[in-house]
Amino acid sequence: MATAAAVPAPVRRSPRQLRTLRKLALGAAGILGFLVTWQLLPTLGLVDPRYFPTATETLAQLGQEMRDLEFWRNVGRTLTAWGIGLVIATVLATVLGTVIGLVPFLRRATHTTVEFLRPIPSVALIPLAVLLYGYQLQAALIIIVFASFWQVFIQVLYGVADVDAVARDTARSFGLSRGSRIVNLVFPTALPYLMTGLRLAAAVALILAITAEMFIGNPGLGREIVFAQSAGNWPVVYALVIVTGLLGLLINLVFRAIERRSLAWHQSVRGEEVL
Amino acid sequence: MTLYTSTVVTPRPRSRVWAKIGENTAYAIGLPIILVVIWGIWATVAPAQFFPSPAELLEAFVDTWIGPAFVTDVLPSLGRLAIGIVLSIVVGVVAGTLIGLNRWLRELLEPMLEFFRAVPPPVLLPIAVVLMGPTDAMKIVVIVIGSVWPILLNTIEGVRSTDSVMTETARSFALTRGEHLRYLVLPAASPRIMAGVRQSLSIALILMVISELGYSSSGLGYQIVFFQRNYLIAEMWSGILLLGLIGILLAAIFGLVERRVLRWYHGIKEVERA
Repeated sequence: MATAAAVPAPVRRSPRQLRTLRKLALGAAGILGFLVTWQLLPTLGLVDPRYFPTATETLAQLGQEMRDLEFWRNVGRTLTAWGIGLVIATVLATVLGTVIGLVPFLRRATHTTVEFLRPIPSVALIPLAVLLYGYQLQAALIIIVFASFWQVFIQVLYGVADVDAVARDTARSFGLSRGSRIVNLVFPTALPYLMTGLRLAAAVALILAITAEMFIGNPGLGREIVFAQSAGNWPVVYALVIVTGLLGLLINLVFRAIERRSLAWHQSVRGEEVL
Repeated sequence: MTLYTSTVVTPRPRSRVWAKIGENTAYAIGLPIILVVIWGIWATVAPAQFFPSPAELLEAFVDTWIGPAFVTDVLPSLGRLAIGIVLSIVVGVVAGTLIGLNRWLRELLEPMLEFFRAVPPPVLLPIAVVLMGPTDAMKIVVIVIGSVWPILLNTIEGVRSTDSVMTETARSFALTRGEHLRYLVLPAASPRIMAGVRQSLSIALILMVISELGYSSSGLGYQIVFFQRNYLIAEMWSGILLLGLIGILLAAIFGLVERRVLRWYHGIKEVERA
């Protein structure tokens, strides 16, 4: 029985395995092609090699940075600002979003105010943050929290309002208390929305953490990029840009995994990109 | 049953309609008015150094932005923003359709696209400045490079998820390549594309400001930082207010365009919900 089951399995799986293999091979070819193009552009003199170092030069610089403790401290500083900002924004947005979303009066009364505040680009607040806190972490946090708050808030607001009417009436006729309704009905409904909001907010928070470091000047990867640029140390600039990209990629992957993990029961129900 | 009640109700709609409009207006402007009043009282009772009163802010807004500054600083910024957004949409949709329709190309480029999307756009600014100089073209390029990703990736997803039954129907009706794109692929992808455009708008606005912050001598972003460095607090706030208004304007324009482009889609959704 066991052997009989084991034999057809590889036959059935092999097209999929082939496809995965092909995907991996093509993806690797894509990365390689990108690196080769990058290497050739300055080598052939198509762009000024002084301001556009080759791939090998940049990657060598990256390897050197990774042996430097200060580099890791800067990664830590950037991620600290990112993490604190994201937590503050998420907690605020979840609490406010739930309260406002559950009370129709509040939802109607706050609508215009929310629609007015939300489109303000958070970088417009950089001068204000500098005035209030100077080069400190709090200045960066204002920018990060303002930007990522709205991502979570809007999703929670929609999510809380999305409770199925039949389910709500059922819960009411079964005599569920208000607390129990929030835990058993509102929370599961809003969770997918919250997770989507969290993923978007995590990406936005990283962008603004680094932007704040570049333009406010609190320590971190962003400030290092600006320093390296003013020193004309271009390989370092490019190496750090790659690091920020890798950080962003890592954050995207982690949060997508969290989203999938926590919503294994829900994933197929709604498309995740549509906001 | 419902038919009867509706005919019974119709004779007295007039006062109801006005009451409804009044109620909606009260809800719409109630909280903003309360907030402004609280802000005004706060500013007179306990004047804070960095927070002007609403009246001062309004005065600064009129003095600063209505006049020549509108032409020299605001219009060029808005122009760059508009060109940047249009270019990102064109590049994103064209490249996204190509990549989405071609599986081979998609698998080849996917890891690189994931990486480039994850790069925070502001870090590209120092590189763009040194390669292109502090020109208008550089600022537009920065806007496009930053805001093209959501459109590009959503177009790829949208094109990929075209309904297979429709694709086969189109094939059996022998649609030409152009017709196939025009009547099937692009409409099918348009809800996703619009969701991408919406994300791009806010990124583009952020990059418009950032591209003027450190490497420019005019424009909205430059002006706000200039005011801050010279402690012109009310003027600085008026710049923040103006950026907020531009954000709202963009969102409103997007809402109109989206309603027009996705009219059929919203129609279907409504039928599904009913």
